[in-house]
Amino acid sequence: MEAGSLTDPRGSRSGLGRLPLTQLQDRALRWVLKGLAALILALIAFFFIRLYIEAQPAFAKFGVFGFTFTNNWDVSRNFYGALPLLVGTIVTAGLALAIGVPVAVGAALFVSELAPRQVRGPLTIMVELLAAVPSVVYGLWGVFVLIPKLQPIEQFLSDKLAFLPFVGGHVPGPNYFIAGLILAIMIVPIVSAITREVIATVPADHKEAALALGATRWEMIRMAVLPYSRSGITGAAMLGLGRAIGETIAVTLVIGNAPTIGKQIFDQGYTLAAVIANEFGEAANNPTHRAALIAAGLVLFVLTLVVNGLARWLVRRAERGKVAAPVADIQANAAAAGG
Amino acid sequence: MTQSTTRKARPMPTVPTGAPAARMPRERPKPDAAIGRRVIVDDLDAHYGPQHAVRGLSLEFAPNEVTAIIGPSGCGKSTLVRCINRMHEEVPGARATGSVRLDDIEIYDPSIDVVSVRRTVGMVFQKPNPFPTMSVFDNVAAGLRLTGARGGNLREKVERSLRGAGLWDEVRDRLDQPGIGLSGGQQQRLCIARTLATEPEVILMDEPCSALDPIATLKVEELIEELKQRYTIVIVTHNMQQAARVADRTAFMLTGELVEMDLTEKIFTTPGDTRTEEYVTGKFG
Amino acid sequence: MSTLVGIAPGRRRKDRLMRGVLAATTLIALVPLALILYELIKRGIGSWSADFFTTDANGNFLGDPGGIKSAILGTLEMVGLATLIAVPTGIGVALYLTEYGRAGRFGSLVRYFVDVMTGVPSIVFGLFVYITLVLSGAGGSGFAGWKGAVALALLMLPIVTRSAEVVLLLVPDSLREAALALGAPRWRVVLRIVLPTALPGLVTGSLLAIARGAGETAPLLFTAAIINGTSFDLSQRMSSLPGRIFADVGQAQDRLVDRAWGAALTLVMMILVLNLLARLVSRRSRLT
Repeated sequence: MEAGSLTDPRGSRSGLGRLPLTQLQDRALRWVLKGLAALILALIAFFFIRLYIEAQPAFAKFGVFGFTFTNNWDVSRNFYGALPLLVGTIVTAGLALAIGVPVAVGAALFVSELAPRQVRGPLTIMVELLAAVPSVVYGLWGVFVLIPKLQPIEQFLSDKLAFLPFVGGHVPGPNYFIAGLILAIMIVPIVSAITREVIATVPADHKEAALALGATRWEMIRMAVLPYSRSGITGAAMLGLGRAIGETIAVTLVIGNAPTIGKQIFDQGYTLAAVIANEFGEAANNPTHRAALIAAGLVLFVLTLVVNGLARWLVRRAERGKVAAPVADIQANAAAAGG
Repeated sequence: MTQSTTRKARPMPTVPTGAPAARMPRERPKPDAAIGRRVIVDDLDAHYGPQHAVRGLSLEFAPNEVTAIIGPSGCGKSTLVRCINRMHEEVPGARATGSVRLDDIEIYDPSIDVVSVRRTVGMVFQKPNPFPTMSVFDNVAAGLRLTGARGGNLREKVERSLRGAGLWDEVRDRLDQPGIGLSGGQQQRLCIARTLATEPEVILMDEPCSALDPIATLKVEELIEELKQRYTIVIVTHNMQQAARVADRTAFMLTGELVEMDLTEKIFTTPGDTRTEEYVTGKFG
Repeated sequence: MSTLVGIAPGRRRKDRLMRGVLAATTLIALVPLALILYELIKRGIGSWSADFFTTDANGNFLGDPGGIKSAILGTLEMVGLATLIAVPTGIGVALYLTEYGRAGRFGSLVRYFVDVMTGVPSIVFGLFVYITLVLSGAGGSGFAGWKGAVALALLMLPIVTRSAEVVLLLVPDSLREAALALGAPRWRVVLRIVLPTALPGLVTGSLLAIARGAGETAPLLFTAAIINGTSFDLSQRMSSLPGRIFADVGQAQDRLVDRAWGAALTLVMMILVLNLLARLVSRRSRLT
């Protein structure tokens, strides 16, 4: 009897006279579930379109290119060029990557390859706990603990290293650097989790081959683990980047919300996400302002789409032809960890 | 010349006490007419957690000879071999006790660096495992680069190893292509070249031909015949005909113990132990 | 007496150094966690009192600013509603993907879009709901608790779906085939065999999604807004724990800041409990 095979999506065709009722019920289930899935697709498309429509006034007034790349976000004059926001987003996300990815990859390597077996579980759980802290709590901690404690150190560094580009001058409390630092902490769990999954797919064969040649543990990691995991780790880093770009609340509390392009990393700044959170209240009655904020949201949305798409492609490519860890696992971890 | 060997009580070898001071800081060059090391295993026990894989095993592998280890699946032959280059301890929960000596050096002595041991005792695995992200050249050079060889010296050694593995003519024009682009048999010979490059003195082979087709197998066996002139070779195999073809001596293992070890011819024609006879005539295994 | 070939001491040093570096990065990763937990407890526990949990924020700038009762209730209500929306829908979509849509273009399309949703910043979900539900004045008023819940549900949905899909795929096909071969209709196989087997994993995924939703602020900013006073009514503006914290941080007043710390400690405790529950439940799963 041809019961509904798993590979035949059309469900069962009756062999020995299935009750029409059960066939109906089967069909019903299938259509309900399919409808649900289709609803999600429709919803996303719908949202995207509405977002664009609401942002239209701003694009009409400044042009898509003009809006995105003009360096002048002036609320008082109702003029909105989002370049300072874009720059702030990129700078803070870049800082987050520069600080967070080495730490995350190092921790993943340590836990997977070097740590004694008994501590692996607890260490993994603790790194994942970083993801359990909500964004607003990071912001709270940033404002009242990190900023005051780091400000003198930052000022010291700013004075001592003033010969470097982008360093030097007075250090206000909130600034790009603090925002980047907090973002780095926030992306560590996700980058680390995915990196761990990626290095777990390195076949033991290659690791043994390296060890049998007379390699030390670190040499083995360098010879067999890292080259194999390169694209996967890059994908993990990009997923972290996507997260850093979209992070709102923690950033708006510690970046100073100054709609200018700072001259040094200890200057105040602004990001696309932060401006939306910060100015939405006052924009309620100003249609142009509101449209500009929604346009900023659209730019942010597109940016994260591109980055995440690239990231997912990289992680998927790292998985191609390998038998272990289905990509779905990695993605699910990414989702749950806040990706 | 060892007779049928079962558990034999031997005095524990004395640990070379002067070893740390006498050890040289640099890698020493290998003379061309090489003499492989004698491997002496004495009362070796190996465990995977609670599982007792090798029981009180003692035997010797003579230099410049090929010794085959045969036995049914699970008899501990791979484990034995992995104890000789101390790869056994890489498995979580695994441990080994007893003595394994290379000539007079006890490799389990705490003052000996396991990395040294693995350079001196090379290993070829069952499944060819060239590094997938490296070219043919880089694969062979991998072990050499660890010890700082570079430039012309490096190229020379790579060529020498590839010749030694009988692969040079086939790959000389594609040295910078990925190692995994070669055929199975070539990959295995590449792995052999990689092992030869570090100039070991003992070569362990864990079922090196089981993943290869008959022609590739033949090539590897011919290679083994050549290599034994310069190295001590231990080959684990489940293929008795192969043991008969390549090995000077054969050891038969059963459930972690050494049943019998003798000249190959003797093991296959007039074995001393009935279990050996049953295995060799195919009654089990 | 012979010796083994030696190892250049530089290699040993490098090995030790790199091991140290990697261990250090692990420590560096964990230091912020320790610091945050420490500060949370140190600064938050002082605010905890009976009053704290039983009075509402009253908007006073001076004097007693009130507690977080309505914030907690708001979070519970909105996250509860969001869960009711997101979990069945999410599992439903995952069921579609694993039972009918494993191959095929529609299934791939859905999977791709769910993937996309996992990467959308949470504030954009807030914007979505703002545009479609608040601006348009759906349901009468502007801001409302249920609209905030919808935004949270959108955020939680892809998390539920992704983790549910992973778990459902772990249910062995042989189980499904055995049931189907016995003549069971597919809906019954799903309901009676697949779902119960996958249940612990589904619960774990949902708990983690709930933990995530409970901590989010951005989607609520212009959907449910932030208010003082008591509110049980989902059709009105509604407070929430993260929203309360966000509002208080912005004020430069000590007692409000104290309240923020107390609220933050409460929120983190809630989330940790959810995470712990998720872990305990996942231990009971026969699949992972």
